[in-house]
Amino acid sequence: MLLDTTERGFYCAAGDFYIDPWLPVERAIITHAHGDHARWGCKAYVGSREGERVMRTRLGADASITTVAFGETFSRNGVQLSLHPAGHILGSAQIRVEYRGEVWVVSGDYKTEPDPTCTPFEPVRCHTFITESTFGLPIYRWAPQHETFAEIRAWWRNNAQAGRASVLFAYALGKAQRLLAGFVDAPEGPIYTHGAVERLNNDYRASGVALPATTYAGAMPRGHDWSGSLIVAPPSARGSTWLRRFGSHSTAFASGWMRIRGTRRRRSIDRGFALSDHVDWPSLLGAIAATGAESVMVTHGYRDPVVRWLHEHGMAAQALASQWEGEPEEDPVSAEEEREP
Amino acid sequence: MKRFAQLFAEIDANTRTGDKVEAMVRYFTSAAPADAAWAVYFLSGGRPKRLIPARRLATWAGEESDVPEWLFEASYESVGDLAETIALLLPNPTSTSDRPLHEWMDQHLLPLASIPEEEQRRAIVTAWNELDGTERLVLNKLITGAFRVGVSQQLVVRALARAGGIDEGVVAHRLTGGWKPSPDAYQRLFSGDTTDADISRPYPFYLAYPLDSSLETLGSSGDWQVEWKWDGIRAQLIRRGGETFLWTRGDELVTERYPEISEGARWLPAGTVIDGEIMPWRDGSPLPFAQLQRRTGRKTLGMKIRTEVPVVLIAYDLLELEGADVRDRPLEWRRAELARLLEDSRAESRMIISPVAVRGSWADVRAAHERARERSAEGLMLKRVDSAYGVGRRKGGWWKWKVAPFTIDAVLVYAQAGSGRRASLHTDYTFAVWEGASLVPFAKAYSGLTDAELRKLDGWIRRHTVEKFGPVRSVKPEQVFELAFEGIAESTRHKSGISVRFPRIARWRTDKAAAEADTLQTLRAMMETVP
Repeated sequence: MLLDTTERGFYCAAGDFYIDPWLPVERAIITHAHGDHARWGCKAYVGSREGERVMRTRLGADASITTVAFGETFSRNGVQLSLHPAGHILGSAQIRVEYRGEVWVVSGDYKTEPDPTCTPFEPVRCHTFITESTFGLPIYRWAPQHETFAEIRAWWRNNAQAGRASVLFAYALGKAQRLLAGFVDAPEGPIYTHGAVERLNNDYRASGVALPATTYAGAMPRGHDWSGSLIVAPPSARGSTWLRRFGSHSTAFASGWMRIRGTRRRRSIDRGFALSDHVDWPSLLGAIAATGAESVMVTHGYRDPVVRWLHEHGMAAQALASQWEGEPEEDPVSAEEEREP
Repeated sequence: MKRFAQLFAEIDANTRTGDKVEAMVRYFTSAAPADAAWAVYFLSGGRPKRLIPARRLATWAGEESDVPEWLFEASYESVGDLAETIALLLPNPTSTSDRPLHEWMDQHLLPLASIPEEEQRRAIVTAWNELDGTERLVLNKLITGAFRVGVSQQLVVRALARAGGIDEGVVAHRLTGGWKPSPDAYQRLFSGDTTDADISRPYPFYLAYPLDSSLETLGSSGDWQVEWKWDGIRAQLIRRGGETFLWTRGDELVTERYPEISEGARWLPAGTVIDGEIMPWRDGSPLPFAQLQRRTGRKTLGMKIRTEVPVVLIAYDLLELEGADVRDRPLEWRRAELARLLEDSRAESRMIISPVAVRGSWADVRAAHERARERSAEGLMLKRVDSAYGVGRRKGGWWKWKVAPFTIDAVLVYAQAGSGRRASLHTDYTFAVWEGASLVPFAKAYSGLTDAELRKLDGWIRRHTVEKFGPVRSVKPEQVFELAFEGIAESTRHKSGISVRFPRIARWRTDKAAAEADTLQTLRAMMETVP
């Protein structure tokens, strides 16, 4: 096998490197900067040039990070490597590994929908495709995103009319910026952010992504009138005392999990918007087909249903254990990183 | 249907009670009476006789979505709600429909029960194809009869009262008992003439709040009537126009189920309504609630069960006398009239006026509270002697003062995912106590943990699953919980030989190891403290 599962992560013995290892290693090729894929403590990291700034923010100033452009080939001990856009968040990549004519692709997390904050997903032909399956059930089918954005705008507008603030929970890296980019033209009112979001906004802007003007909420004086404004915060801020300052407000969570009524209701948030940075069921099956892979390995998410579906449709597939989490229902970012700057 | 689906979405999207009521008021003031009637019916928990078995809907949805049965099951497990699973799986609709709710009900859904399966299928698939996501979900829920949207009957009443500009009590009265959706019935809800013809209608029940301050804050003990709090089935006995009706607080007409009580009521004068508690009762004292449960589930009532579990109505209050609503009279007056009525009638043997537990100082009341369990009572009821019989749960006139529950430390042994709001979260638990070296399951509990604790425990359960039996997981017996429950009785239906009443989680005892949990012996000892 070109890539093997080891206790530290997926390992390529021929090239002596790991892909998104979950324990510290010598050399890690990184698909994207989310915490379950880019972990601290490795000697050397390789990632996409597009994601350099967010990787730096997440891995720290001292980390040794080498970047490559999408499509640029480099080699390790005769193994050819290249990174290809995955469309998940800024800089997210699929990793193509070729050795003696055999090609493997590790998808990382990906979506095929367009997203103005990152380079769109590109199918890569391969023999073996290792795919995520976060939303690998047919109940997960995303509505066209312009509809979801219209719903979010309507919610914000209604709250403003009722004199309320709108608090929108979204993962600090990726989802928050994709949402903000949706309001780059004519936002419904002023936009404020939690510190964890604001820091990454700066990285996105410095990487050339157009975002609307945002203000760090913590910089506002006591007694500030928040009514009519939008506040973007990580999910971990839900239920915290941090929210008290906003007075009367409505809460919402933007996540693929919000497609299911029960997952939204048990959180006691007012609204759920099913907006995800992962493929839904039809896009997942489409993406798998587009690789032309002879063999598919299915990891983090609904592995078993996807594998069984592929078998029933005549494809060689197997479930692969990993410690990647996809879009966790709970908060993916550690409390450490969420602390106010 | 579009308007009703929008109402559903608005209610569903709001966690604030006020906003939910507002949404309903907007609907009731703008919808056609024929549609609003059905909306009232469903929002207040009405369900038509099953039109199509849910299983059949699932099969058709699977076929229409090109989803094999195993994948449908996997999806359902993740969603936790059949109507929603179907709505999510179906391909997007190719057309739309402006058909109003009443037309859907009268012309399309209600007739489904009496047509062949093939025609049912055609009708449903056509309907699915002209409805969007929320409309579909609502339609499926109307058909499967599992329409629950997170508003209580009380909120529906409040919204109707506000929409019609009339008193909540009048609306509640008009909605209680066998309300059938029709434009006329809907408009009658708002009628200014409040002498309603329907002789079967009970009054809304007056409910007490738990006592939340010391007895002394209630003033003089002499102003209060103190009764035992019984654990039976709260009910209203109605005798009007030569007929008898027995309604439970759950709006169920149970006249036939307790013939002893209804036959005895024949001797009551016309125009009498009594509020009371149906209690299993023998030789002057109550039987355990579990005995009553043996009767409640039965369709036919043999002599055997009637002999084994005789029932009485413990009469609490008099709501109507000689056809007049007397709820505004002071309790003292109502009780005196009630006593006279029961003495005069031969109904006495099946109706017992709720005994006064104690008269005296607050210290005497406290002493009676201590003795409640010995009397097989749940605690005390405190009622101001000048209190009117109110509507719903109101503070002030009546208080309930329950005895402290039994508690025991038990080990979590099985967990199952909940449904609806708790789908894909393991929230239904089975608990066990030690008998020697083995754990004997004895109670299931669903409530008592905070959402944060639920999620934490769910994570633990997933990581410590020993075996899966369908939706049920057995887990490592490590987590100890303090369970509280109200009653305890012998049971042949439970493996442990014991059944407990209203078990719930009091605390997660993270400080205790499984070995420190209680034993079956402890439970048996508790049983002996109860007569």
